Amino acid sequence: MKVGVCLKQVPATDSRIQVKDPAAGVDTSDVKWEINPYDEFALEEALKLKDDKKASEVVIFTFGDKAAEAKIRDGLARGADRAVRIDDPALQGSDALGIARALAAAAKKEGVDILFCGKQAVDDDQAQVPAMVAELLGWPQVLAVDHIDYGDGSLRARRPAGGGATEVVEAPLPVVISCDKGLNEPRYASLRGIMMAKKKKIAVLGVGDLGLDPSQVGAAAAMVAESNWSEPPPRPPGRILEGDTPQVVAELVRLLREEAKVI
Amino acid sequence: MGNGILVLCEHEAGQFKKTAFELLSKARELAAELGGPVHALVLGDAPAAELGAWGAARVYQATGLPFENTGPKVRALQAAVAAAAPAVVLAPASLGAKDAFPRLAARLGLGMASEATDLRVEGGALVARRPMYAGKAFADVRVKSDPALVTVRPNSFPVPAKGEGSAEVVPLAVELQDGDLAAKVVERQAASSNVVDLTEADRIVSGGRALKSKENFDKVIRPLAAVLGATPGASRAAVDAGYAPHSEQVGQTGKVVNPSLYIACGISGAIQHLAGMRTSRIIVAINTDPEAPIFQHATYGIVGDLFEVCPALTEALGSAMK
Ligand SMILES: Cc1cc2nc3c(=O)[nH]c(=O)nc-3n(C[C@H](O)[C@H](O)[C@H](O)COP(=O)(O)OP(=O)(O)OC[C@H]3O[C@@H](n4cnc5c(N)ncnc54)[C@H](O)[C@@H]3O)c2cc1C
Ligand SMILES: Nc1ncnc2c1ncn2[C@@H]1O[C@H](COP(=O)(O)O)[C@@H](O)[C@H]1O
Repeated sequence: MKVGVCLKQVPATDSRIQVKDPAAGVDTSDVKWEINPYDEFALEEALKLKDDKKASEVVIFTFGDKAAEAKIRDGLARGADRAVRIDDPALQGSDALGIARALAAAAKKEGVDILFCGKQAVDDDQAQVPAMVAELLGWPQVLAVDHIDYGDGSLRARRPAGGGATEVVEAPLPVVISCDKGLNEPRYASLRGIMMAKKKKIAVLGVGDLGLDPSQVGAAAAMVAESNWSEPPPRPPGRILEGDTPQVVAELVRLLREEAKVI
Repeated sequence: MGNGILVLCEHEAGQFKKTAFELLSKARELAAELGGPVHALVLGDAPAAELGAWGAARVYQATGLPFENTGPKVRALQAAVAAAAPAVVLAPASLGAKDAFPRLAARLGLGMASEATDLRVEGGALVARRPMYAGKAFADVRVKSDPALVTVRPNSFPVPAKGEGSAEVVPLAVELQDGDLAAKVVERQAASSNVVDLTEADRIVSGGRALKSKENFDKVIRPLAAVLGATPGASRAAVDAGYAPHSEQVGQTGKVVNPSLYIACGISGAIQHLAGMRTSRIIVAINTDPEAPIFQHATYGIVGDLFEVCPALTEALGSAMK
């Protein structure tokens, strides 16, 4: 069995995000890049399948420019076998559906049996790509899972269903899985892994290699456009309540009721 | 060109969720500018006609299929889009809509905006404002496709009182196709309590590392939440230490919440925690350290020991809320 991992590079979660120009979006010149935290769970799940000899090969898929190779190398150092980076001038400005079309074509070309994704990318926070890829491939999906039992040609995945409830979904392979926190504990790369990763292959594929219709990807096909960027409006300064415990508690209850009107 | 707004109205065992009323009311307001009718889509058995009281002129209702599965849900959405021919389809940013909307988008070649926190009409088109980078940036999103798909974060809009009227209910025929039930829910474990899910909760009381043990969390945070009818939440430090389950984690790798009231007890306010709760309307912070970053985001702050403040607050609220 061959498994794929969709891996995106995103600003580290503790990065300061600045909007200098409302038309241009966020300024990422200064941020530290990391593997999207949810994609770490996706990668770990794939690597565990390889450790358990259930998977013969783990392939990383990234839609992104050359700069994304640093984090692809990190994934290879943790144990993935090789990577496909999708990059083409014709793909620039793609929206989620354009990205999904490219990733779906790559996953199909590689013939993976399970495609692991993250629950969402913590930059655009869309949580759209995995289900779009599944639909484009005509595969089932189980999203935001925190436990998987593997069967023969199928799997059962558990996911939180709101309010502490959970549900278990059974699906045949091939399947797209998106991974939530709790699924596993991502490993670090070993020194040996880092050395070995230098020799592993990152193939770069474009629109032609993937058989994509150029009119269906890139800026011209994008149907979603962002504008008018801003940082969050500052919160009005808060109030620190002074006094002993009974006083501050009584004052808080009064404020919640009379000023904030939330109780 | 599509016309009007179609709203996916979710229910739990026949009881409409608050998001149904929230989105219908907002849709009615938007439709006044955008033009066209407000229609609702209901999957399964629920009193569909009553949605008229919140602004739905017509309700498309599909019944008799296992709509807890993604395949039938997408198929029903597809049928409803064909029947209603809307310019915009709205849904709450719920688990079910997150499963179905992107699939619908890919199937029909549509654009989608996720987790909008505000909607407006500009130049005759819908504009969704949404947070990105975990709420560190906001942008307007315009979706050019017809229809445009938009999910909305719960509690983004007020729910007005129930109005008058009853909607026309139109049965929606949905035909499943091969593969629609390839992925199937085979087991469901109900929540141990019947509190509202964090993502939909209007009040939340969260505890952090300062709680020091699960026993303390249960003794201090849960009763305070209970007295407020709030949902308990936790920081990642509290979850990782086993004081609370992961389903209660608020933040970048937990739940993104949007309540009217968020009470943070013994939580420092790390950037990844703020990512999950910074859009809360009123934030209360209880922390021994006056320098804790959470105070910079708090509407009201109490510098004090949570083991003293929280029980006193529970008691005071207990009498005040009677
Ligand atoms: C990739 C990534 C993702 C993350 N995702 C999340 C996430 O989703 N959610 C999340 O919460 N964190 C997340 N974190 C972790 C985050 O960085 C912080 O470590 C975490 O939020 C800290 O939790 P805390 O505030 O409970 O603990 P601490 O930061 O240790 O704060 C405890 C606070 O309690 C106060 N205190 C101590 N004793 C008392 C007392 N008796 N009474 C009152 N106050 C007291 C202290 O002054 C302190 O401010 C993430 C980190 C990373 C790197
Ligand atoms: N550019 C990309 N390259 C590789 N994988 C991606 C990319 N964008 C999204 N994904 C995958 O899809 C998941 C959800 O992303 P999103 O839908 O953008 O929130 C991510 O966690 C990745 O696994």
